[in-house]
Amino acid sequence: MTSKTIAERRRMRPDRIKELTLLGIIVGTVVIFGLVVDGYLSGRFFNRVSTSVVIVAILAAAQALVILSRNIDLSVGSTVGVAAYLTADFLSSNTWAHPAIAMLVAMAVGAVLGSVNGLLVAYGKVPAIIVTLGTLALFRTLISLYSGGANVVAADLPDWVLDFNNVTLFSIGGFDIRLVFVIAVAVVVILQWGMRRLRVGRRLYAIGSNPDAARQASLAAPRLTMLSFIGSGALAGLAGFMFMIRAGTISATAGAGLELEAVAAAVVGGVSIFGGSGTIYGAFLGALLINTLELSLVRVPEVSEFWRDAALGILILAAVILDATLQKRFTRRLTRQIRGPDAAGRAELTMSSAGEGGAADA
Amino acid sequence: MRDWVRTHRWESLLLVVLAITIVVNALLSPFYLGWGNFTNLFWLSNEKIIVAIIMTFVIISGEIDLSVASVMGFSAAVMASLHQAGSVPFFVAILAGLAAGAIAGLIQGMVITRFGLPSLVVTLAGLIGFRGGARVLMEDQSVGDFPAWFDTAGQQTIVGPLPVALVIFFVGLAIAWVVLERGALGRRVYVIGNNAEVARFSGVNVDRVKLRLFITSGLVAGLAGILFAARLGSVRGSLAEFYELDIITMVLLGGVSIFGGTGSMLGVALALFTVLNIRNGLGLANVDGIVQTGVIGLLLIGSVLIPNLAQRFQERSPRRATAHAPP
Repeated sequence: MTSKTIAERRRMRPDRIKELTLLGIIVGTVVIFGLVVDGYLSGRFFNRVSTSVVIVAILAAAQALVILSRNIDLSVGSTVGVAAYLTADFLSSNTWAHPAIAMLVAMAVGAVLGSVNGLLVAYGKVPAIIVTLGTLALFRTLISLYSGGANVVAADLPDWVLDFNNVTLFSIGGFDIRLVFVIAVAVVVILQWGMRRLRVGRRLYAIGSNPDAARQASLAAPRLTMLSFIGSGALAGLAGFMFMIRAGTISATAGAGLELEAVAAAVVGGVSIFGGSGTIYGAFLGALLINTLELSLVRVPEVSEFWRDAALGILILAAVILDATLQKRFTRRLTRQIRGPDAAGRAELTMSSAGEGGAADA
Repeated sequence: MRDWVRTHRWESLLLVVLAITIVVNALLSPFYLGWGNFTNLFWLSNEKIIVAIIMTFVIISGEIDLSVASVMGFSAAVMASLHQAGSVPFFVAILAGLAAGAIAGLIQGMVITRFGLPSLVVTLAGLIGFRGGARVLMEDQSVGDFPAWFDTAGQQTIVGPLPVALVIFFVGLAIAWVVLERGALGRRVYVIGNNAEVARFSGVNVDRVKLRLFITSGLVAGLAGILFAARLGSVRGSLAEFYELDIITMVLLGGVSIFGGTGSMLGVALALFTVLNIRNGLGLANVDGIVQTGVIGLLLIGSVLIPNLAQRFQERSPRRATAHAPP
């Protein structure tokens, strides 16, 4: 056991392995469908995937932010609805507003809702799953009351709204690089960078990895938790903006059910539900894989469109089983390197017995 | 009496809330007190409260089952599609539906115990996957034309003033109370929820207990799905969609800790009655369904927040500090 082997191991962190595996699976999926379906590999398909993945990709990143610090945000679907509705409402009476202003309005609405969650979790000491289960219902109720059952229709909105989804920055062959996709990717890259490089990000990982240790290191856990929920809310607000430009007509039920898709994407992307382990890139790739698979299955004529959810359930299960197996193997190998072969078995026992605290890497 | 209140703080609080709700409702609406409204109270939620009973066990053991509503839909879809195919007698179709529920629970329980995966994730996959299974079976049709006795069992009050589903609920509640609070299995469920490691070292076969809980959860959800089909008279792929959150909310309101280890059947039963009475009262007062849901959401947060704040307040005034705090 030398320090060099650990350094080598570091170069290939388990997170990176997960991300590369996911990327490989996505490429494999595309290749397989390309062989089965005629005319599958086209610019049109790329454009369709890259625009439809935007909402869930942003939400998955938001969800990862919260899950990494060992919380969960089940209210994002309702937050999307509230932000989409209020932004549409704002635009219908302020048709002069620039898209960037509308985006900021949506994010501000989301941040306010997120701070409600954050306050209750961080300072009220109510478990995140209970808070966000409650606000999932509550936010939806508020927007239903506010709307009084009335929709905001596309005709009331400025002209740019419906075109925004198709704004193309540049094209390579038939492959359009759309603005919305670039925004989503930018969000993911910035968030990943922040979580890896900024002190706030490292501390969020630390809290998720071991809250007690984080407290003893005198990290201000409540403030950080609050911050992660505000961030998650603001991103859900941005997703609400994306929802609005996609749907055109906004009802009070907009975005219902998105919370589970977001959690699913993060989990498929290798974000551990116990916190401390996983990356924003992973969550993004999880969203991309799910989206690619959904849109690809539709293209196979022999497969009924009703198989979508069943396939998705199997995919999630396969992803988490694979993840757990890899994790176990990695832990065993790492402990063997550090403590010699005898310690491996014992260390693994403590890893699994640590249960919630069992996130090995961060 | 005072001892009971001290050891059952949560239940006492719920009793007070329930009493207030009943009095307010009775004052607000002349229709509230009466047998007709009593069955009405349960009518739309018969199936949810049956599933809430088993969910109590699952959450006390420190796990969660998000898939129950999808398993309800899946079981009903298995039954309906066999009935539609017409090759088997109807009761075989019902048994197949129940078996489908149990198998759904078995698969998830196996994955959870074998791979040591969190139930939140596995049953999230189940939530999506079994709903998908129901969609695959039903596509976009609605299957009905069940035998007359089946519809009658679901839609009429045949045991005195009670429909079959409600009888099953009360019987199930009684059994669950005995098993959870008087039986060996119940003790094990609490110990596992408190500390699975301690349970393992005390010779409890943790995985086996958990596996059984998930199989039972699937089976009960399957039963609830079939009862729901009987009440509706037809089955669609979307049957019982999104019910899981309602069910979990009711259990958590009953004072069951989301982290496992604490909670009581009495608390959950009181929470069920409270939620149903609040919904019923708001309904009689012509308040929208969506607002009712919001009120329940508020209650859920308040039920944990208020004791937390009260505890912090008590800690600030040292003379009155006591060790007691509701879960």
